[in-house]
Amino acid sequence: MLEQLEGSKAMAKVIGLCRPQVVCAYPITPQTHIVEGLGELVRTGDVQNCEFINVESEFAALSVAIGASAAGARAYTATASQGLLFMAEAVYNAAGLGLPIVMTLGNRAIGAPINIWNDHSDAMALREAGWFQLFAENNQEAADLHIIAFRLAEELSVPTMVCVDGFILTHAMERIDIPEQAQVDTYLPPYEPVQVLDPEDPISIGAMVGPDAFTEVRYLQFYKQQTAFRLIEKLAHDFKKQFGRAAGGLLRTYSMDEAETVVVAMGSVNGTIKDVIDEMRADGILIGLVCLITFRPFPTRALQEALSHAKDVIVIDKALDAGMGGPLASNIAIALRNLAQTPNMHSVVAGLGGRPVTKAALHRVFRQAVIQPWDGPHFLDLNERVIAREIHRKGKARRSGPSAENVLKLLERERAEKIAAAEGTGR
Amino acid sequence: MFQVRIHGRGGQGVVTAAEMLSVAAFIEGRHAQAFPSFGSERMGAPVVAFCRISDREIRLREPIQTPDALIVQDVTLFRAMDVLEGLSPSGYLLVNTGKGFADIHQEAAAARLPPGHAQTIGATELALAHVGRPAPNTSLLGAFTALSGLVSLESVLEAIRRTFPGKVGEANVIAARAAHDLVAARMAPDMQTRKDAAHA
Repeated sequence: MLEQLEGSKAMAKVIGLCRPQVVCAYPITPQTHIVEGLGELVRTGDVQNCEFINVESEFAALSVAIGASAAGARAYTATASQGLLFMAEAVYNAAGLGLPIVMTLGNRAIGAPINIWNDHSDAMALREAGWFQLFAENNQEAADLHIIAFRLAEELSVPTMVCVDGFILTHAMERIDIPEQAQVDTYLPPYEPVQVLDPEDPISIGAMVGPDAFTEVRYLQFYKQQTAFRLIEKLAHDFKKQFGRAAGGLLRTYSMDEAETVVVAMGSVNGTIKDVIDEMRADGILIGLVCLITFRPFPTRALQEALSHAKDVIVIDKALDAGMGGPLASNIAIALRNLAQTPNMHSVVAGLGGRPVTKAALHRVFRQAVIQPWDGPHFLDLNERVIAREIHRKGKARRSGPSAENVLKLLERERAEKIAAAEGTGR
Repeated sequence: MFQVRIHGRGGQGVVTAAEMLSVAAFIEGRHAQAFPSFGSERMGAPVVAFCRISDREIRLREPIQTPDALIVQDVTLFRAMDVLEGLSPSGYLLVNTGKGFADIHQEAAAARLPPGHAQTIGATELALAHVGRPAPNTSLLGAFTALSGLVSLESVLEAIRRTFPGKVGEANVIAARAAHDLVAARMAPDMQTRKDAAHA
């Protein structure tokens, strides 16, 4: 049924329809509304046979989910940013133990400096933890991906993160089609664990593995991820058949007819990019989009197919590897390195810590990539004046102080100068 | 696509106002997207919320920089920030105050807009009278339907009822209707002038 809902509330409803048996909750902005919503649904009895457990930290949240999953329950939790880092050890354990937990990540920047707003730093920080990572373009997909995530996780016994842009999606209210319980039940059968802690039939999970077998156990983890591509595409196909709309899959292409320039991005920024692409197409520019949904496992072959005819590839990263550049751009470069004709690669770092990614800025950078390419990452809408002033200041004195505070002071001074100038012209 | 930006302070229901406006548009079968400016939420701090309404799917996620309409829930914000930034020259301006634009030193801003597109309404007083709380958001939405015709009063009233079920909702409905009627009565001569101008 179509409803006008906040993204978090819609996700809570749909996660509820997935019949989770254990929900572990610890609040952190911007994810909190999701577990709050689920708590409400459990309390009112709209979600049955579900244990809602308030825990004392994120580390506990995922640890409890690990225990519940090992005991055969369909387990769910959600977190963001520092919360994900605080549970990092458990994140690796869930994957290494092969426990199909589903976790929503309300994507948010990582400190320091502390920042509660959206970017993909959290998901990128743990991209090598062995989870599947799926990115939602809008709130319909954010809700739908959870149904797919439970099925994907449970079929392969691999935990799955559904990455949803914090605030931009979690706090946005839009039209969302909430499926019927029967539809979800048809698509998502009850959880049938491949390993379970059962007092009637005791086993142990979590053996210590030495040099003689560790490589093999890790290889099997790699193998499972490599064999997931076909299943992920099949689940998207089945989803469309069952629910009548597209969700999930490895990637989605847009406006790719004869596209010479192709943009690659993940998450909600794809919506804004599509609007920009429509406007550029109207100007006769041959530009298209690859919206990457599955980041882990990384769909190398699908990306090669989608990008092999492009002259220029522009990768938008909402995260920064400070010693390297954009992590998605690095991954794409690896995926394309063996193509007969490698496209020109352009890396853009955008939307860090909640900086709005505007249509105007995207128009500029998409045109610039072709006409006036740059080396390394391009930081969208970087305040170069402030950067120059701070670098100059730092060069003058050893004890130059913390960058975050200095930049804030510079911005404050710029604002004051601007107001003074405006008053000057007023007189 | 029609874009509305709502300015207010934490505790005045700014985000809820944008959400209710989106629900009203949804009731009319349109696409709508409401979202806050994502600041730290504190009582009294400036808050901005946005609402886009369209007949097509809304994909754009940037904050609204060139609104077609501005609703200002707190008149003291004019001194704190550039509330009017980016307002379309053919846009609408609705300000919560019992006074006129001259009294709040916004005469020039109102004069830049087409006749009748700028209105003030004492929404806090209406809310205090009908709801018993100084939450001006529902009255402003009622007034906004009269000012812009973007969505109907009936849809806004239904959105209010869905957001605040029961007695609270009904009290807000009365406040919103009263605000609508006040602005509609003031608009009526304007409408006549515009018609006369069209016929001249």
